Amino acid sequence: MNGNGNTQMIQLTYREAVREAIREALRKDDRVFLMGEDVGHYGGCFAVSKGLLQEFGPERIRDTPLSESAFVGAGIGAALGGMRPIVEIMTVNFSLLAADQILNNAATILHMSGGQFNIPLVIRMATGGGRQVAAQHSHSLEGWYAHIPGIKVLTPATLEDARGMLWTALEDPDPVLIFENSNLYNMEGQLPAEVGPVDIDRARVRRPGRDVTIITYSASLFKALDAAETLAREGIDAEVIDLRTLRPLDDETFLTSVAKTHRAVIVDEGWRSGSISAEIAARIMEGAFYELDAPVERICSVEVPMPYAKHLEQAALPQTETVITTIKRMVHF
Amino acid sequence: MPSLGADMRAGTLIAWKVKPGDRVKRGDIIAEVETEKGLVEVEVFEEGVVDQILVQPGEKVPVETVLATIRSEGMPVTPAATVVGAAVKERAPTGAGPEARPSLEAPHPPSQPPERRIRVSPLARKLAAELGIDLSTVQGTGPHGAIERADVERAAAKRLAEKAPTPPVSEKPIPPMREKPAATEFQVGMRRAIAAAMARSNREIPHYYLETRIDMSRALHWLEAENQKRPIKERLLPVVLLIKAVARALGDVPELNGYWIDDRLQPQEAIHIGFAISLRQGGLVVPAIHHTDLKSLDELMEALRDLITRVRAGRLRSSEMTDATVTLTNLGDLGVEKVYGVIYPPQVALIGFGKIAEQPWAENGMIGIRPVLTATLAADHRATDGHQGGRFLEALNRYLQEVAKL
Repeated sequence: MNGNGNTQMIQLTYREAVREAIREALRKDDRVFLMGEDVGHYGGCFAVSKGLLQEFGPERIRDTPLSESAFVGAGIGAALGGMRPIVEIMTVNFSLLAADQILNNAATILHMSGGQFNIPLVIRMATGGGRQVAAQHSHSLEGWYAHIPGIKVLTPATLEDARGMLWTALEDPDPVLIFENSNLYNMEGQLPAEVGPVDIDRARVRRPGRDVTIITYSASLFKALDAAETLAREGIDAEVIDLRTLRPLDDETFLTSVAKTHRAVIVDEGWRSGSISAEIAARIMEGAFYELDAPVERICSVEVPMPYAKHLEQAALPQTETVITTIKRMVHF
Repeated sequence: MPSLGADMRAGTLIAWKVKPGDRVKRGDIIAEVETEKGLVEVEVFEEGVVDQILVQPGEKVPVETVLATIRSEGMPVTPAATVVGAAVKERAPTGAGPEARPSLEAPHPPSQPPERRIRVSPLARKLAAELGIDLSTVQGTGPHGAIERADVERAAAKRLAEKAPTPPVSEKPIPPMREKPAATEFQVGMRRAIAAAMARSNREIPHYYLETRIDMSRALHWLEAENQKRPIKERLLPVVLLIKAVARALGDVPELNGYWIDDRLQPQEAIHIGFAISLRQGGLVVPAIHHTDLKSLDELMEALRDLITRVRAGRLRSSEMTDATVTLTNLGDLGVEKVYGVIYPPQVALIGFGKIAEQPWAENGMIGIRPVLTATLAADHRATDGHQGGRFLEALNRYLQEVAKL
């Protein structure tokens, strides 16, 4: 698409990439509108939608009351009515107030209506810890949502995915949840000016390697890549897989990788018990047991309410150093 | 069921040589097993009393199946120490007490949970099954001694090298075998084993070759006189002198007696010369003559007779298939003058002998006719240099000039 050297590159942040994705969707499709807490006048809690109200007007950039259940339900209704809503929930922590709408309505109506009514709804929300906002505002529950049949769960880590996943999600006939790790909003990089939509059903090998497979997603991807670089200097060649989508999981990509490297470590910011990392480990057992030369390892958040104190919070989250020491132990160099 | 070859996955138990209640000691032959390599006698590596026979004659079972249980002296009848033939060989004797020591994937007697299990990765286990590697003989280097892929690959390389026959320098065509239809598969397997070992040798081992001509007149003279004193059945063959002289010379140059493993020479204290014996149906095997250097000429002659008889009958013992520390190949009977051998990895040397033939020989300014033997050494240049090789051939010559002292 944009493969030749003439492509103009633009410098932007993850936040701007998401904003550009929303703008593109608003421009391309009249049925698309954005609603959520503070998305209009305030420009969004994370300033993602800054300027959109001025550009697109209050009909399409709608501030809502502080009632997640109500406005997610309104989004479901709008989707049923033929619109293509983008509902922003400020953070995953507050999405629990809308859990009933997401799980009992959005995810099930297609089934409950005998296939008559699909819900082309996109819900965006920030996720993740590490910003010293304490135990009630630091959850990483995307793995939880990946438990639910009837929805898709996307976790864009790169600028390209932040920019490209939204449109594909809007085109999907069923509900799609997009989790944006709040630590990524300020990440800067370059993208081709004409960058377009990306697929939302395949994991990507972000760094090829021979010795061990690191399976991760979202902000942990960059910790994994940093670890891989350090390990490379010590002669350990790690392959890094960005899952991109937690539901449906692209088993094939990580099973193929494990068949090559024979070792797998999963880096997951969620809590360990019952986590998406547990699901991935189980699938490796099911699909690649005889390829394993070492037990699957998991690096997850410590199972405590997220501490406020910075050093404790950092100690509770998966860190690059842990990835390095774990892999060294696995490969026993 | 011990693994008696890299390609062995199963074996048929032909006959038991013991019955429950029999006392057995290390080295006893307890059973006969039919494999692709022929009939092999299964040795036992622990002392005790045969407790239960678990596999009956005629049954074909996968490698590592428990064939019988043996209980240690003075222990109650159950539970028993489990014996899996050669598989037990490498197991540490410590703590070998009464607890069950089941082999992997073997059916356990009911209500007898395994107390100790070999830690092995699934990949390593799969690979071991494919390669016919007995996991109980593999040293694990992973966490808590777990066996990983690399460990199995090392073991496979070692085993393949030890099991495959020595390189015939001039390969005889494999004669058709009409009377034994199974031989075809057997030959294919053997050919494959030879091919793997020799290809590896040629790929990995930087060979150097040295040769020397040896005046055999003194040796043959002594042998003739010696044999005249003996009844025909006890007469010695010249090859026995060669075997013994090689063993003595290896004692002088121990660097040639051992293995190249893990990028280093691992000289072996014991000298077990692998003696190449061709098979009538084609191919050959290289059984070890254990402790060649410690055997007298008479004992060597007896050992050789026994070996050749058993090789031709297809009744080698498992330890003979695996223990050789160096290879000796004698192609003189075929009229070959010199042998340039391919080393049998992970060994580091192969000694070849051609025929003993009368040749002109100059000595002390005189030319005479002497029976002359050409001895060659093929050696691994990673392990030794020409200097050591030269010293070996010099020592070999020296011993063959004084065979009475052998």
